[in-house]
Parts: sequence; C-alpha cells; structure tokens
Amino acid sequence: MGKTLFEKIWDSHVVVGKDNGPSLIYIDRHLVHEVTSPQAFDGLRMNNRQVRRPDLTIATMDHNVPTTDRGLPILDQTSSVQIQTLEKNCQDFGIKLFDINSPNQGIVHVIGPQLGITLPGSTIVCGDSHTSTHGAFGALAFGIGTSEVEHVLASQTLWLEKPKPFEIRVEGKRKNPHAVTAKDIVLSIIKNIGTGGGTGTVIEYRGEGIEDLSMEQRMTICNMSIEAGARAGLIAPDEKTYDYLRGREYTPKNYESLVEYWRENLKSDDDAKFEKQFTLHIDDIAPQVSWGTNPGMTCDVTETVPTPDEFSKGDSNQKKGAEKALDYMDLESGTPIEEIKIDRVFIGSCTNARLEDLIEASKIIKGQKVSPDVRAMVVPGSQMVKKQAEEMGLDKIFIDANFEWREAGCSMCLGMNPDILSPGERCASTSNRNFEGRQGTGGRTHLVSPVMAAAAAINGHFVDVRKMDLS
Amino acid sequence: MEPFKKTTSIVTPLDKVNVDTDQIVPKQFLKLVQKSGFGKFLFFNWRYDENENPKYDFVLNDSKYDNSKILVAGDNFGCGSSREHAVWALQDYGFSVIIAPSFADIFFSNCFKNGILPISLEQSIVEKLQQESEPIEVDLENQTIKTSSDEIHFKIDSHKKKILLEGLDDIAQTYQFEDKISEFEKQSKVPSVL
Repeated sequence: MGKTLFEKIWDSHVVVGKDNGPSLIYIDRHLVHEVTSPQAFDGLRMNNRQVRRPDLTIATMDHNVPTTDRGLPILDQTSSVQIQTLEKNCQDFGIKLFDINSPNQGIVHVIGPQLGITLPGSTIVCGDSHTSTHGAFGALAFGIGTSEVEHVLASQTLWLEKPKPFEIRVEGKRKNPHAVTAKDIVLSIIKNIGTGGGTGTVIEYRGEGIEDLSMEQRMTICNMSIEAGARAGLIAPDEKTYDYLRGREYTPKNYESLVEYWRENLKSDDDAKFEKQFTLHIDDIAPQVSWGTNPGMTCDVTETVPTPDEFSKGDSNQKKGAEKALDYMDLESGTPIEEIKIDRVFIGSCTNARLEDLIEASKIIKGQKVSPDVRAMVVPGSQMVKKQAEEMGLDKIFIDANFEWREAGCSMCLGMNPDILSPGERCASTSNRNFEGRQGTGGRTHLVSPVMAAAAAINGHFVDVRKMDLS
Repeated sequence: MEPFKKTTSIVTPLDKVNVDTDQIVPKQFLKLVQKSGFGKFLFFNWRYDENENPKYDFVLNDSKYDNSKILVAGDNFGCGSSREHAVWALQDYGFSVIIAPSFADIFFSNCFKNGILPISLEQSIVEKLQQESEPIEVDLENQTIKTSSDEIHFKIDSHKKKILLEGLDDIAQTYQFEDKISEFEKQSKVPSVL
C-alpha cells in the first residue's frame, strides 16, 4: 500500500522505531524564542548538558518585543529580563540569534521561510503551536512544550506517537480571490470540523483550491491547523514552493539537487490511505467572521450571530459554551454581522502579516481614512516584510489613512507586549485566536482576513468585501 | 521528576468545554524565566475580578475544593497555545490528575513531562465524576478510579505509564540511543542551517 506525504517524512526521520509506543524522531530544524525557552536552557545547565546541534538551531525574539521605536529601552522589566535571558542563552550555547536590532528579526514562523531555513521534507519544531505554518512547504512542522524544547536542544530528537493522516480536500475556484482569501478557507474548515476535529492527526491539504494558492496563502492555511486541534498541517511542495525558497539567505548550497530529490519523493502516493477525510467546496464561500471565543465559532459575513441552539446542534455542552461566548462577546443572537461595530483593528501575526497580506489590505485602505471611532495598527510579520512594504510605499498608504505602522513582532495577537485591548474593546483581528482575554483581559476578538480587517477599519463595522472593488 | 503512583482526593468539577491554555495561564504571566510559582496564576481571569478580588462563583474559590488534587473538566481540555506554563500552573496549584473526555495533543504530552496524569474517559463517565462529592482514588499501577459506588478502568500507553510511575528523565533515556542518533546524522540529507 502507498504512503501519505506525512508518512514518508515520518518514516525518513525514525531513529528508533517501535511497533507499540513512541518512536524517536530526528529533528532537522529547531526554532527558539524568548518565552518558551528559558526553563529549557536552565534544565541543560542543571544537568551539565550541551546543545547537540547549534547548527540546526535558530533563535529570535518575537512574543515580547515592543513594536514601537527599537532605539528606546524596553520599559517592561520582566519582558526585558526574558529578552536578555535569550541573548545570554544563545551566547552561552553557541546559537545563532536574530536579536531585536537584526534586519532578520521577526515572528519566528515568518522569518523561517523568508530566510530559506524552512525546507520541504524536513522536520521542524518550535516551542510554539503555530509552528504548523512551515507545513506549507511540505515540512512536518509542529509545536512542542518547553520540556520537549529541552529534549531537542540536548538530543536533536523527540519521542513521538505517530499521528494519523487526515486528508482535507479544498475543491473548486473562488469567484473573487481578492475578497475571499486563504483565511476564509481555513476558518470555513475549522467551522465545519470543529476545534477538536483534527486532534491526533496531521492534516494534508490537497485539491485545486490549495494548488491555486500562493506560498504566503498556503502558510495562512497551515498556520491555523492547530486551531482545528491538529498536530500539524502540510501541503505537498510544487514548483511554487521551490521557486519561493530559491536564492534566500540560508537556502542550502546544494539546493537544486535537493529539489530534484523532493520532486521525486514528496507527494502522497495515489493509493495512500488517510484515516480521516473532509472536503470543502469553495466556489461560493463568503468572507468569514468569528463571533465567539474559539475559532470554530465563525460564520459568513452575510449571516447573523447564531443562537446557542443553532450553533450547538443538540450538544448540550457546546450550547453552554456558546451561551458563555455570546455573553463574553456581548453579542445578541440574530444581530447581522455587518452591524457589529468595532473599536480596534489589528493587522498582524504569523497568520496574516506577510507582504501579500499587507498589499491586499492596502488596496482597501488607499485614499481612505480609518473611521474616527476606530484605532487601527499594522504590525508587519518581520523586519524584512516591513522593509519590503516600505520600499513599495505601503507604509505611506496605511499612515495616510491613520493606521499606526509598527515594528515587527507577535504584538496584539497575544498581547504579551504593550499592544493590548482594554476591557470591553472589540477588535477586528487578522490573528488566529479569539479566546477570552487573548488580546487583553476583557477584550473581544473577531478573527477575519486582512482585507476584511481593512474594510472594517474604514467603515467602523464589518462589511462584505465582495461588494468592494479589489482588482 | 517526581513519580506519580496513586492519589486520593475529592474532585474539582470544571464544567466547561474547550478550556484553552490562555485561560489556564493568561499571557501576562508567561514572562517568568523559571518553572515554579505559577499556581497563583492558574485560571487567573476566571478566579479574580479586575481588582484581583476572588470571584466566588468560580469553583476554585470554593474552599470545599482547597485540597483537591483531581480536576474533572469538559471536552478538548488544554487546546490552543503550546505553553507548558499551563501544566506548571496546574501542578503548582496542587493538581496531579486531570480527567476529561479528550485533551489537546500538546497539552497531553506536556503533562507527562511534569508528573501529571491526564485521563480520557467517556463523556457520560466524566459527567458522573463531576457530581461525585466523596473522595475518589486514582491508581496508576492498576489503572483504576475508585469512587464510593464504582470502579472505573482507564487506558494509558505503557511507555507513558512507566515514565510517570518511575519519574523518568526523558533525556537520560534518549542518551542511551546516542549511537543510533549519530548513525542517523551521517546519512541525513537535510543540510545544516549555517
């Protein structure tokens, strides 16, 4: 019987295989950031252990960093300590660090692909659940906890139970691909399979609707695999993948011979068996807006906020969850989504802060002004994205429209730095999680695409971007 | 790591589904560089109001549960962020067993690194356990939960069971396979980053 792409990558990384129980899997790339690594380095020190492969380990600081002027000192003392701790750990253990002043600094999942560190067919881990982003390149990439970070630092391996392969087919063609985006595809998937729908699996996204996407859009899809509970999500590499990675700063010297090998090997066999399947038809899907407190609580922009009964379809626990969510979000069932007014707009995060996201959003913003009731900010995913956007003059478009134009980092996706919502504030956000308090205690998050966020900023409420001229 | 063998206590019922790790430990407490002391931040936004006064309608603020070591929660517990701080907080607060119909993958794996036993049971059994007012006994060796009226068997992977029972250091175990790791590296096709 044939194998899935995931099984091929898994099998080629087994160091110690067992029929029952976990296998020891080799890790090709380890990405490290300031929040989930300090205790891991401490563990190494306590046991007098070294980092086995500093040459496979790359670090940056993203979660905590202020997005204001990099020349200013970091006012939050605890953030500052965490950042200094990473600097010291990288120095002590010989790890390459893109620090706060590096032109390569940025959200770890944005810089990995941008620098050619992410490679097809490789295994990639990071102490961050959105590591699934790198799956867009046909890598097996997943988030791990701090104990596992320590284990990888010490041994370059991990003990893992083999997840099950899950095929998600995205079929058809979007009528307006500028208005209905990769974010709307992945939110539609999560809405359908639920936030636990992918638990214990690695998703392979396939079909015409995936092949049509650019690499940056594919990253948006794989990024949110974790919001469906999946261990990882991946997409078979094709010529778009190989073109994207060619000639980047850390692209391997023998790249073309690797590409030849990948072309032959990195796809699921025709007779491969998936344990689970789901198909989404995208010909008629609408832009999506989340209304609740997890990414599965999402509906079309043309719909109304559902009742707990409509959402839960008979599941009493889900119904209770929906009641709580509506209460937290201060929303009435039956309210048209387009009538929900917002206070803040955040265009940023590892989900949607790459160059293409900013270009698309800028088309909506150009020549317009942010609604006087709204405070809006753009936080580019990396310093390189910021620079490229500035070279195209996008910063001017956003600033002229009264958007704040910030330095790179995770920022208000999780609000570890000073960029947070005040209690009760309602935000249209291009990030990945609408959990209670995620963007600031008491803050209310609606997940949307960059174009939907931009349109909401101008109008002060959600609007269906399909009605706008986006050519 | 401290071994886990057996515990007896009353259960703390947390009647919520999809409890994400942002709720277990909110982000403002992730800036610490050590593993200890996270218990006071556990479920912080559910436990305290904006002035940091206890919200008495939240179960952890009911003194009846002060010495509970067993948390019984809803489906998909621990979803979202990979932060191990969530497990450190549960452990530091005093929980050593979490029972739910299902767990998110990364959270589940993090538990075993810190001596916490996560047990998945059918929804109906979980709901019954949430009603249990008498202490229950969780015995890992025998894979049983004893209540005042019932004995429930639970499943656990034998490797994970061993790790908890013996409090094993994962890395020391892995070092026994050093020769295999080196051998793998020699034939690996993936070049180094630098």
